Formats: sequence, C-alpha cells, structure tokens
Amino acid sequence: MNILFYIAAGVAIFSTIMAISGRNAIHSLLYLILSLLAVSVVFYLLNAPFIAALEVIIYAGAIMVLFIFVTMMLNIGIERETEKKWLNPGMWILPSILAAILLVNFILAIHTNIPITINKADIAPKQVGISLFSTYLLAVEIAAILLMAGVIGAYHLGSQKKKVKHRFLEKI
Amino acid sequence: MLTVPLETQLIFAGILFLIGLIGLLVRRNMIFMLMSIEIMFNSAGMVFIMASTHWKQPDGQVMFIFILSVTAVEVAIALALILQVYHHYKTLDADAVNKLKDTN
Repeated sequence: MNILFYIAAGVAIFSTIMAISGRNAIHSLLYLILSLLAVSVVFYLLNAPFIAALEVIIYAGAIMVLFIFVTMMLNIGIERETEKKWLNPGMWILPSILAAILLVNFILAIHTNIPITINKADIAPKQVGISLFSTYLLAVEIAAILLMAGVIGAYHLGSQKKKVKHRFLEKI
Repeated sequence: MLTVPLETQLIFAGILFLIGLIGLLVRRNMIFMLMSIEIMFNSAGMVFIMASTHWKQPDGQVMFIFILSVTAVEVAIALALILQVYHHYKTLDADAVNKLKDTN
C-alpha cells in the first residue's frame, strides 16, 4: 500500500516541477493537470474518496479548463505553428507515460482498497455533508456570498468597456 | 491500509508548497504565477486532508471544500484581471505593470 503513495507523490512532485519550469503555458497546464490527478490519487489513498472526486471534477475539470481557455484566448494569432509542434511525440510522450503510471497505480489502489472503503471507522461523504451543513453552516453561507461576489466581479472585470472620452481630451 | 507516517505526508505537502513558492518568485509570466498560487493552495488543502485522515475527523475535508470554493473565485477574478492587463499592455509580463510604482 505504501509504495502506491510514494509513486503517486513522486509523479505529483515531478509533474509540478515540469509545470513550473516549462516555457509553453499549455504544456505546463497539462503537466499541472497531471499533478492534480496524482494528488487526487493521494487523497484516495488517504481514505478521502469524496475529496478525490472533488479534486478531479473541480480542480482538474473546471479550474484548469478555465486556465486553458484564457491561455488559448491570449495566444491566438501569435503561434500558428503550434499545431505542427503538438503533433510530434516529444511533447506528449512523457506526460502520457506519467499518466499511465498513475492509472496503473490507481487501479492497484482500488483492487487492494476494497475492504477499507467500507470500514466504519473511516470518514464517509455522509459525515462530511452532515458536518458541512450543521457545524459549518455559517461558513457555507459566507462561501455562497463569496461566490456571488466572485461572479459579479469577474463579469465586471471581464467586460470590455468602450472608451468614453471627450474629443478635446483625445489629443492629450 | 496506508501506513505512511504523518511526517512523510507533511513533507510531501511541504515540497509541493515549496515548488509553488519558488515558481511564484521566479516566474514573471502572470499565467505561471497564478499556476504557482494554485499549487500552493492545493498543498495547503492537502495538509487539511492528511490531518483529517490522521485524527479521523471530517472537519478537515469540510475545510478543503471551502478552500476549493475560495480557489475557484480567486482563479475567476485573477484570470479576468489578466485578460484586462493583456488588453491594456499587450504583454503578460508582471514587471511591465508598474504604473503604481514611484519611478522617480
């Protein structure tokens, strides 16, 4: 069991270093997604399957897709040759190997972990939900207000406003 | 059952946090700086999960959910700001945005 943790941790550290030290933002983001998947495997091994699923869905699924969207929006028109570069195997062979290692790791974890996941002593998602909506109810509401403010702020900042300037001020 | 000692797990989280911190200090591209902040958030949340597993309490996982929502808001706002900066300055270099600095 322990070797699975060490393999996942090694994949996470290596892909994080690759993500930070890369030149191309898209390649770095793919390494970062791989790092988040490795961290998710670590969470699964730590008997937190609910959090592992949240990590994949929200971090690797939603937040990273937002990153990739913005990066592709900003790089548009600058790099026309990128598609040619992406098709050579040097770019994706290493992340693929790492992802395959992670997949084997995860399958092994599932096969060896079955008696543990039904253990009564572990933290079930139900317990997390009960704690979330009873003890931490106020924090949930504050988080809701924060999300609302985030939505409005992102909408306000993202909208491209027309310049409103008097014609006498244009020359200055 | 996972029998990795808590110290080793914390060292793993610390290494990830350190990589994020180094990336934030070294890189000047705003996208990379934001990615480093993400890595640091993630490793901080990982410590919560490790503590939650170690003491068998669900509170750590609840805290991770809050960290997740804060991260989502932060990323949305920061990416909108990056879009605006790129729109004004035509670059993503963080050192180019220094209009608030006293240059005299």
